Amino acid sequence: MIAVIDYGVGNLFSLTASLKHLGAETIVTNKKEDIIAADKIILPGVGAFEDAIAKLQATGLVDTIMDETAKGKPLLGICLGMQLLFEESHEYGVHKGLGLIKGTIASISEDMEDAKISGLKVPHMGWNPLRFAEDEPLFKYIKQGDSVYYVHSFYGRDCKESTIATSEYGITITGAVRNGSVYGTQFHPEKSGGVGLNILKAFMEV
Amino acid sequence: MITKRIIPCLDIRNGRVVKGVNFEGIQDVSDPVEMAKFYNAEGADELVFYDITASVEERGLFTDILTKVASEIFIPLTVGGGINTLEDFDRVLKCGADKVSVNSGAIRNPDIIETAAKKYGDQCVVLSMDIKRVDGKFKLFSKGGRENTGIDALEWAVNGVNNGAGELVVNSIDTDGVKQGFDLELLDEIAARVNVPIIASGGAGKMEDFSELFKHEGMDAGLAASIFHFKEIKIRDLKMYLRDKGVEVRL
Repeated sequence: MIAVIDYGVGNLFSLTASLKHLGAETIVTNKKEDIIAADKIILPGVGAFEDAIAKLQATGLVDTIMDETAKGKPLLGICLGMQLLFEESHEYGVHKGLGLIKGTIASISEDMEDAKISGLKVPHMGWNPLRFAEDEPLFKYIKQGDSVYYVHSFYGRDCKESTIATSEYGITITGAVRNGSVYGTQFHPEKSGGVGLNILKAFMEV
Repeated sequence: MITKRIIPCLDIRNGRVVKGVNFEGIQDVSDPVEMAKFYNAEGADELVFYDITASVEERGLFTDILTKVASEIFIPLTVGGGINTLEDFDRVLKCGADKVSVNSGAIRNPDIIETAAKKYGDQCVVLSMDIKRVDGKFKLFSKGGRENTGIDALEWAVNGVNNGAGELVVNSIDTDGVKQGFDLELLDEIAARVNVPIIASGGAGKMEDFSELFKHEGMDAGLAASIFHFKEIKIRDLKMYLRDKGVEVRL
């Protein structure tokens, strides 16, 4: 059973539909007992960091998520859900995250400016080829250079030790991270066609 | 790097694809779900569903189809047609749309762009525009391209982006259906003024038209309907062709 955490952020239609398509038993929930009973947790999210972390805290589920992941239960954060796993975000101020992944969420456009890169549109939106570390369980069913679908203006940085996949967009964009059994993808596997389904399938099997 | 997108557009009326003909391997060529699966398998990067129904009952049929497609196809889906209010955004997003395209709805009520962008995020709001030259100026047309609004189309595009439109569909009435290539003059004028993705629409007749399009700075996607529906161009062949021409595409 996969528990998809429902904290009022973003549209869960495609995520639940893709899990169902893969035959996964899924529950969309904001209840502590469901998260404890589940084999795996997915933390989705779209929108702004500050609002999302506040909403997640308001559910009272943060301690449960921390306890369950500390016990080794696999968790997958998707898009903003991945960003929430980081130590802090610099999206409109400085906000503390869950700290499950060492690193910072930073602005793509500011870092492009610092790197003197111009002419690229932000948000980073569309299909971008993924380069990933071999032997990472999440990518066992996909090929180097397969494209995944991104939509975001902020990205994970200073997370070298957890980075397991990247895409290039003038600067190197952190595509996916892992710390133990805590996983995160900046891209949307639920919108990345067959490649995305294969990543979700691999997560179901970790 | 982000790849250039190829997007087929499906017009839906009364639960069926309009102009859906002549597909090998598909029993029911007018079935939107079958068509969507076919295009997904061919490598389409995104699908646009355009609701051209008029009545409320048929609108329910459309959202049922959308739900079915979004339950089986996991690539970005954009929905347009009959989008006038925040409730319309909500109605299609709940059924699995990722982006919502406004056209005449934004002409009637320009505030819809800003209110929708604030609620759902800029990336969700696509401003679609039908544009035609009138006395040497680009003018915005409404009602499916039948009526000149008198609005300067280039200004309209800039204002739309400033108000929160995260993407523009630029449909040239002058080149639409002519199959002599996209309206590069118009597209360049828009690209010089905005910094959001531009989807070019109207005029594609052959593969070269797409490679020409992507030589121009600021072009992110090419959209077409009948050339894909009638299989004059197969999406997979087109993408292989573009890759050979040095255009980055998803294969």
